Formats: sequence, structure tokens, C-alpha cells
Amino acid sequence: MSGANPDFSLARVGAMVMRYLYLMRSSWPRLADLIYWPAVQMMTWGFLQTYIRAQSQAAGVSGRMAVAGGTLIGALLLWDTLFRAQLGFSVSFLEEMWSRNIGNLLISPLRPIELVAALMTMSVIRLAIGLVPVAFLAQWFFGFNLWGLGLGLVAFFVNLALTSWAIGLVVAGLVLRNGMGAEGIAWSILFFFLPFACVYYPVSALPEWLQGFAWCLPPTYVFEGLRAAIVAHAFRADLMLEALAINAGLLAAGGASFLALLRSARKAGSLLQMGE
Amino acid sequence: MSPVPAAIEARALAKHFGATTAVDAISFAIATGSVTGLLGGNGAGKTTTIGMILGLIAPTSGAVSVFGVDMARDRYRVLGRMNFESPYVDMPHRLTVRQNLRVFGRLYGVENLSRRIDELAESLALGAFLDRPAGSLSAGQKTRVALAKALINEPELLLLDEPTASLDPDAADWVRSRLEDYRRRRGATILLASHNMGEVERLCERVIMLKEGRIVDDGSPRDLIARYGRESLEEVFLDVARGAEWRERSA
Repeated sequence: MSGANPDFSLARVGAMVMRYLYLMRSSWPRLADLIYWPAVQMMTWGFLQTYIRAQSQAAGVSGRMAVAGGTLIGALLLWDTLFRAQLGFSVSFLEEMWSRNIGNLLISPLRPIELVAALMTMSVIRLAIGLVPVAFLAQWFFGFNLWGLGLGLVAFFVNLALTSWAIGLVVAGLVLRNGMGAEGIAWSILFFFLPFACVYYPVSALPEWLQGFAWCLPPTYVFEGLRAAIVAHAFRADLMLEALAINAGLLAAGGASFLALLRSARKAGSLLQMGE
Repeated sequence: MSPVPAAIEARALAKHFGATTAVDAISFAIATGSVTGLLGGNGAGKTTTIGMILGLIAPTSGAVSVFGVDMARDRYRVLGRMNFESPYVDMPHRLTVRQNLRVFGRLYGVENLSRRIDELAESLALGAFLDRPAGSLSAGQKTRVALAKALINEPELLLLDEPTASLDPDAADWVRSRLEDYRRRRGATILLASHNMGEVERLCERVIMLKEGRIVDDGSPRDLIARYGRESLEEVFLDVARGAEWRERSA
């Protein structure tokens, strides 16, 4: 009755994506949650930017502050892209743990790489649901046109998505290996990068001894690229290519970690009895 | 003509968790088309053995093959021909029964999936709750859904871990009848871990008895009952679980 079992099957990836879409469709709070935080954050920082701009105008320094405000909103949206893409990956994986379904999946013909491909797809879908309406809100409320970044925007998104998936792979592996005790990592791990990836300030703002570490993180290149796009109206392809190269390494390391932790979970015998 | 490989073959299969030995170098072969029971008390190693057969648990030493395929190296070659039901795994609660079966049907590459779901709905009487969320079902209904998931790909090898645990006697009897029907119709191999002696006596033509990770006896239910001089498999189970002293006292 069962068909052939190729090494990689788009049909199995599609089955998993369908499973997550069924879940999303069954619960409007889950859908609303995807938009709620990005919207609240953007409004808060957007109004702050508007206030600062008004104060600056009164003080006669409006031009520089308007640019600073633009980078703030842009950085916020891109940081949320990174955060939401990682959550989109990790939460979809956690759904399997919460529902005690991971055992069913791991004894099915679904390959780990197919599960990962489905999680990546869901990360993009959840990101689009959360951020596209918020980007339009940013344009409507505060005149920040994210789409105006053009080609740069695509490069930013690709690099941030790759970083988020590399981190998501490590988180998924840790949860498989250590059980739901490691769930909290999925929610907090990314904040470790917040001060070092120079989201809201340039790398030069860091002490010199930390700058080397900052340049090891692909998001640093994205946020520097964003500032270059807004301040100098220049697309820094060099930064994006460097980020892509580091991301390739990170993704390979994330994939290797996931497989190693899955192997370790098989050794520990923890896969059969996982759940809430 | 080459001989038909055993559905399952375990060779010196062992699993240690730290200092604890869960399975202690057991060897057995399960003939294709047979129904075999794995019997033993809590902690005897039944679930660990099934986990190793499924490839969910890596053996510390030894090997297990399914239809001649080494599960440690090549399990994806045979996973589509087998399936599993256990109270240790569940299905997504918010998805309806039909959605769950669609997802698993696609994962297993089932052809004519809608027809297969209809067949399962009829044979396992799922019709009344096919479009209800899996999490809203009673224990008996959930067991039937789990069984439907385990049969979605018409597996040649079906592994069952306590398939009727938490069911009332009527529902449990109903599930056993469905398993007997499936086995008869498909000629499938079934390996069943259970504490329910009536269930094992009824379904299994062979029983492997485990204690502290070792095989302590192996035979048909009738042979075991005769060998221990008892009247039921439950008495044999108690003899094995409690040891020689108990056997002498109660004889």
C-alpha cells in the first residue's frame, strides 16, 4: 500500500506543513499571537521615535534624528524577523513535543531532513503572517517603508532566516536530547545575541575587544547593512556575502548538532516517552 | 529459493542505561505472519525492546533487523512497512481524527488515501468522531484512532505496546477482534507487549517471557501453561515474576 521511500520526499515535507497549517487554522489565538507582539513592539518604538523626532525638531537637530528614528524602526522590524523566524521553527517543533507526537514521527518514513525542511517552511509562513501586516502598519503609522529597501530587504531576510534556522536546529536537538526541560531555551536563546549583534547601534559602539565577536555573528552584518541602506542609501553586498558565508557554516554546524543530539537521544532512550 | 527472512531478528540485543541493564543480550526471531507476545512485569524490558526494534532506542550492543534490514543502519528502508501503537505516544490533539489520518497517510505514502480513511473509519467505527479534534475523544475512542493510525499503511509488521491499557473489557475485546481481523486479512506479523494475560492467550501463538531484561521462557501459551503445571497464563506469569520460591509455595 505504501509507495516508494526516497531519501527526500517533498510529499512528506508537504504532509508536515499541512499538519502545522491544520493546527494554525484550528486556533485563532495562535494566529493572533503571531501578529500581536510584533505590532505592539513596533507601535511602542514607533511612537518613541515620533516623540524624539518632535523634540529634536524643537531643538534644531531634526535631520540626524529622523535618520536615527528610521534605523530604529528598521532594526526593530529586522530583529523581530530574526526572533519570529527562530520561534516559527522552534515552536512548530515544540508542538510535536507538547502533543507527544514525536515518537510517531520518528518511527514513520519521515527523514530528519524532511522534518527540518517542514520546520523551515513553517518558519517562513509564520514570519510572513506576523510581519507583513506589521510592516504595512509601520508604513501607515510612521512612514517607514520597509519595502523601499528593495534588494537589500531580500538579502537581509535570507541571512536572518538562515541564522534563525541554525539556532532553531540546535534548540530542537537540545529538546530532543534533554526533554521539555530545555523548552525555555527556545524562547530565550536569541536574546543572548541582542547586545552583540549591534541591532540598535553600530559595531563601533562596542568595546574594541567585543567587536571581533560581533563580526562572527551574521545578524551584525545585516544590521550594519540596514544602517548603510538608510543612512547612506547604499546596498552593502559585501556585508551580505560575508553574512551568507558565516551562515553557511552556522547552518552546517546547526544541522550536525541536531543529528548528533538526535543520535544521543536514541542512545539515552528518551524519544519514546517525551511529552509535556 | 532463498528462505523468507524473519520479520524480526534480535541478536544479543542489549541496552544499558548507566548502571541499569534494561535488556540483557537477548536473541530471538519472530516468524513472518505470526503473532507473538512479549510478556513481563514492569521494568522487564518490553518497551525498551520494542523501542530498539523501531529504531527509537539505540542498542548498547547487539543488533536487530526487520525483514532482513539492520535497523541501526538502514531503518528507512523498512519503516514504511511497519507501524506502532502505544500509550507512550499520542497524536496532535487539536487536529481532527481525519486530519491526523491524512497527515500520517501522506507520511507513509498511502495511495487512495481518502478511500483508506473511509475503510478504517468503517472497520474501526470512527465515523461518529472522524471530524472531531483528537483531544476531545474518550480513552476508548483515542485507542481506536491510534489503531487507525497504526493501520493506515496496512503494515506488514505491527508493534503494539499495551494496546488495550485503560480500556474497559468490552472496548478491549472489540479492539482485539479488530486486530484478529487485520492479521487474518493482511497476514501481518504482530508483536504485542501486554500485561493482559487473557489478551496474550487469545491473540498470540507464541509468548516470549522477559524478566529483568532477559528471556526466561519462550513457547506457545498452551506449552507454557503445561510446562509450569498451571491452569492459566496469568499463573505462569506470577511464577516467572515471583520466582522459584513462590512456585514451590503455591504448587
